[in-house]
Amino acid sequence: MTMTHNYLEMRGISKHFGATKALDGVNFSCVPGEIHAVLGENGAGKSTLMKLISGLFKPTSGDILLEGKKIDLKSPKMARELGLICMFQELSLVPDLTVRENLLLSARGSGLGWLKSDSLDLARDVLDQIDGEDILFSQRVADLTLPARQQVEIAKAIMMRPKLLILDEATSALNSSVVEKVFTRVRQERDSGTSILFISHRFHEIEALADRISVFRNGQCVDTFAQGEHDYGEIIDMMVGQKIDELFPPKPAPIKDAPAALQIENFSWGDELKSIFLTARKGQITGLGGLDGQGQNKLLLGLFGLLKKTQGRVIISDKHVDIRSPGHAKKTEIGLALIPEDRKTEGLIQDQTISENLQLAALGAKDLDAKDPSLYAASLDQLELKHGGLDLPVSSLSGGNQQKVVLAKWLALKPKCLLLADPTRGIDVKTKTQIYAILRKLADEGTAIILLSTDYEELIHLCDETHIFYDGKIVSSLEGDQMTAQNIIAASMNIPAGAGSDTISETHDA
Amino acid sequence: MIKSITLDSLMPYFGAIVLIGIGSLFFPQILSAGYLLQQLQIAAFLGLLATGATVIILLGHIDLSVPWVLTGAAIISTALVGSGDPFFIAISIPAALLFGAFIGIVNGVGVAILRIPSMVWTLAVNSILLGLAVLNTGGFNPKGEASPLMIGMASGNLFGIPTGFLLWMVVAICLALFLNRTPFGRYLRSIGYNEKATFLSGVSTPSVIFFAFAMAGMCSALGGVLLAGYANQAYQSMGDPFLLPTIAAVVVGGTSILGGRGSLFGTVGGVLFITLLTSILSVMQIGDAWRNMIFGFVILAMLLFQTLRKSAQS
Amino acid sequence: MLDYMRSNRREVIAAIVLVVLLGAYLGTHPSGVSTYVMTIWANQAMILGLAAIAQFFAVVVRGIDLSVGAVMALTNTIASYLLDGSAIGISMGIVAVLLAGAACGLMNGLLIVYGRIQPIVVTLATASIFVGLALLLRPTPGGAINYDLADAITLDVLGIPTALIITAVLIFGFWLPFRRTGLGLGLYALGSSEQAAFQSGIDTKTVRISAFVLAGLFGGLAGLFYSFVTTTGDAGIAANFTLNSIAAVVLGGVLLRGGIGSLVGALAGAFILKTIASLMFFSGIPSLAQPLFEGMILALAIAIGGADVLRVRNRLEVFGR
Repeated sequence: MTMTHNYLEMRGISKHFGATKALDGVNFSCVPGEIHAVLGENGAGKSTLMKLISGLFKPTSGDILLEGKKIDLKSPKMARELGLICMFQELSLVPDLTVRENLLLSARGSGLGWLKSDSLDLARDVLDQIDGEDILFSQRVADLTLPARQQVEIAKAIMMRPKLLILDEATSALNSSVVEKVFTRVRQERDSGTSILFISHRFHEIEALADRISVFRNGQCVDTFAQGEHDYGEIIDMMVGQKIDELFPPKPAPIKDAPAALQIENFSWGDELKSIFLTARKGQITGLGGLDGQGQNKLLLGLFGLLKKTQGRVIISDKHVDIRSPGHAKKTEIGLALIPEDRKTEGLIQDQTISENLQLAALGAKDLDAKDPSLYAASLDQLELKHGGLDLPVSSLSGGNQQKVVLAKWLALKPKCLLLADPTRGIDVKTKTQIYAILRKLADEGTAIILLSTDYEELIHLCDETHIFYDGKIVSSLEGDQMTAQNIIAASMNIPAGAGSDTISETHDA
Repeated sequence: MIKSITLDSLMPYFGAIVLIGIGSLFFPQILSAGYLLQQLQIAAFLGLLATGATVIILLGHIDLSVPWVLTGAAIISTALVGSGDPFFIAISIPAALLFGAFIGIVNGVGVAILRIPSMVWTLAVNSILLGLAVLNTGGFNPKGEASPLMIGMASGNLFGIPTGFLLWMVVAICLALFLNRTPFGRYLRSIGYNEKATFLSGVSTPSVIFFAFAMAGMCSALGGVLLAGYANQAYQSMGDPFLLPTIAAVVVGGTSILGGRGSLFGTVGGVLFITLLTSILSVMQIGDAWRNMIFGFVILAMLLFQTLRKSAQS
Repeated sequence: MLDYMRSNRREVIAAIVLVVLLGAYLGTHPSGVSTYVMTIWANQAMILGLAAIAQFFAVVVRGIDLSVGAVMALTNTIASYLLDGSAIGISMGIVAVLLAGAACGLMNGLLIVYGRIQPIVVTLATASIFVGLALLLRPTPGGAINYDLADAITLDVLGIPTALIITAVLIFGFWLPFRRTGLGLGLYALGSSEQAAFQSGIDTKTVRISAFVLAGLFGGLAGLFYSFVTTTGDAGIAANFTLNSIAAVVLGGVLLRGGIGSLVGALAGAFILKTIASLMFFSGIPSLAQPLFEGMILALAIAIGGADVLRVRNRLEVFGR
């Protein structure tokens, strides 16, 4: 690899949204034939940088140079024609069109007129290579699973024959064997001279793929260095700007025979949940693990009264309950709260103010005064919500801070049992530690917590017990020392613990 | 309360003042108390309808059944009065309101339970009501008459102020207080912005939708009773000319057609503005064709001004 | 074939319903099946069909066009001045009528995109303007259309109603090829997910404006066809057609949330609506009860279309439908 010339160079780039400086005088460059990882917490400016390169935003000041020439990116279309292709974190596929139609729309040289289908073969090849043989071109995108959509996104991006390919959390929903195949393909693209910008929150992916790493913090590019120059700890310090001693709060010794807050017996729902038995105890954090879509999320929805025709029994405080709606679930005698998977559209109302969002769950509750700010103050203080005033729209907050609002909104009801659907997905390290700390504190105060997580580190370090789901069933329940990465991953793939653990650890330590 | 007074909602009030100013250049009598009070009286019909429509639009929906809920309520109340039976006369207005609430619930069931887009479902309900009215009256103007109470409500005066206008104000102020002081108002707007997140926050969204449509139906029915009192009869299609001005009044008053954002304060201004515009155009003896065109252009101008103001701000 | 039927389930259902209704209509018609009966039926349905297509183009990009009827009224009154005289004059007239329709649509599109006003509100206001213009042209119904041309378009060719031939040409000559162009797919992309469309590099502004221009153009075609059927100009036809065009697209399986449905579905919906009305006329139901029956059938059809929501087992899935 020769560092003779930059393919893309950004000089003194700033992007301001009102008073917020998303990017502040950033210098950044990438050369052909390298994989350049971009790291940083949420709100550090990574996504803004990518959106500038892909023509979605225009910089407030500064220059973008392509092969040494200054360019003015007017639209995503123009960026694409120049070969700057971004595979977005928020999926850019049109749900109501078929895979084929989506690819046609994005193919090179497509306009409003007749569409050319000659690049489709390439897309098919890529799909086949990354484990997507089963994805038919005639399928509607809305009918595809999330991982399948990501595979199509990847195929679509490579089909456009990028000179600069941006992968923004491109593999977040894929399992490790598919990720490995995607990486193989990405390396091929690099070797044929493409520059690749890679954004991920998974350190082992960055270690596996990146040639160079740039770290962003508070809208500035802190440092750029070759892979291997700094270790994890140093990189995290760079990202956070301060030393984080411990990601996870210390785990207290498990309380033996703590009283059950919630018991689930023989809980089933169609084909997606099959005879689930589970007990959440006061003061304990119970983990739900497994690959995406194995039923763990459906269990949370079912508990919160969102599924019709569930079978089995749910027992809360020794009483058999039949929860019919979220309104019913949040009543004091049941005392459930759900932090939903998608905080943007399910947890919050983006157009309303922070305080209006905080009040929504408590409003109308009998013995609470929802308008009393002290109801939320304690949780907000502990979570260190950063805001410019509670009367600002909640959309003005970063993702991590939005999640804090969702938490505080539900904690105001003092739930007896807190259900969380992957609360830290796509959230920066600092916010994660704050969320972990408050969960631990709630548990210590006696709340039963059910934590669904796709991050096995969270299951290991936070939970007293973890149930792994596969195909709608709990295939493994792990406690104490049994909760190891190997065991969790093996159970997620429904492989008996021990067998084949070598191969699995290889893919993960690679 | 003060929070609902935004620049958007003040716009129609400024507009109304400008209209009066321009109109008075050509016809000084526009500035007379008599003319202005008469406008307030006429505005009451549109005002009651727009009050209900605001609730529905804040919810993120639309109610196209307004015309025949209005006509149906007028037919019911005048028919009951026409029967001559004192008991029927006594219940004529409550019966009409009950009818409005019932149709509102029917609308709400289609929207909240069957999840049919309100634009389609209320349109279907409207055509069923039309069918019922035609079947019931044989296609002729329905028999019956307005009671003295209805006539008094529509055409009377209290301390020199038209009772219709007072009635509208009472309804609008009560509803505005209700929306601002109770969780219901917050639920309504939250659903208008994001129904899913509201439901997941433990709000019984279907009940909110039922209640909102029932209230809107009652507003439309009250408008029908008032209009029947004004005309001393019910007549076919009496509600049709009101549908589009109702929506226009709400939107000109700064309420977003997408739901969530807006206020009844703005709607009151919107109604006054639209009523004045219509009236001044007819005072100036402008023909139907030009009246239609000017009406359209003025509404567009008001909305474009809202957009311009916002983009100038940001 | 099965695959095709599955992915176009809505159109297939609409088509089956239409065939059944048409069979019932022709079977119960007092004078039996004849070219004459078919022609009258096809002409009536075709007017609404074109209006429904106009509505479809607005709806598929997640909009709505409340000015469809007004555009028809305006183009109808223009036609009543221009569609008589020499052959060249008439052809120029037809072009002018269609251009007028497209111009109305362009005005809507520009106001929506650059004025950043919601489609429902824009078209509510422009409808008033277009009706005003129509009234200016024809304060009372009148004018004339060249009879020979009107006959040619509204009668039959070799026993097949011309309106049905036009329908076939629209579907096979215009819609199916159009569906494969960037604009055709772009309309769906925009209606389905504006963000995804934008990120896929689609010029969303141009596509949205084009959708409304197409809506205006088909509104103009509807007005033109209406002129051939009635051979006069009438400014008072707006309200009915607008609301019926919305009912028609919904019956034809077009989703008001955008992104789903097709021109074929919109046509089928319009033909269903008109067939119900015709069926009612000869069915022996007292004429006074007919509006009620029409309303109830419309409500029932919509309710049945929405009834599968009751089968949804995950309460979250009902949102955003």
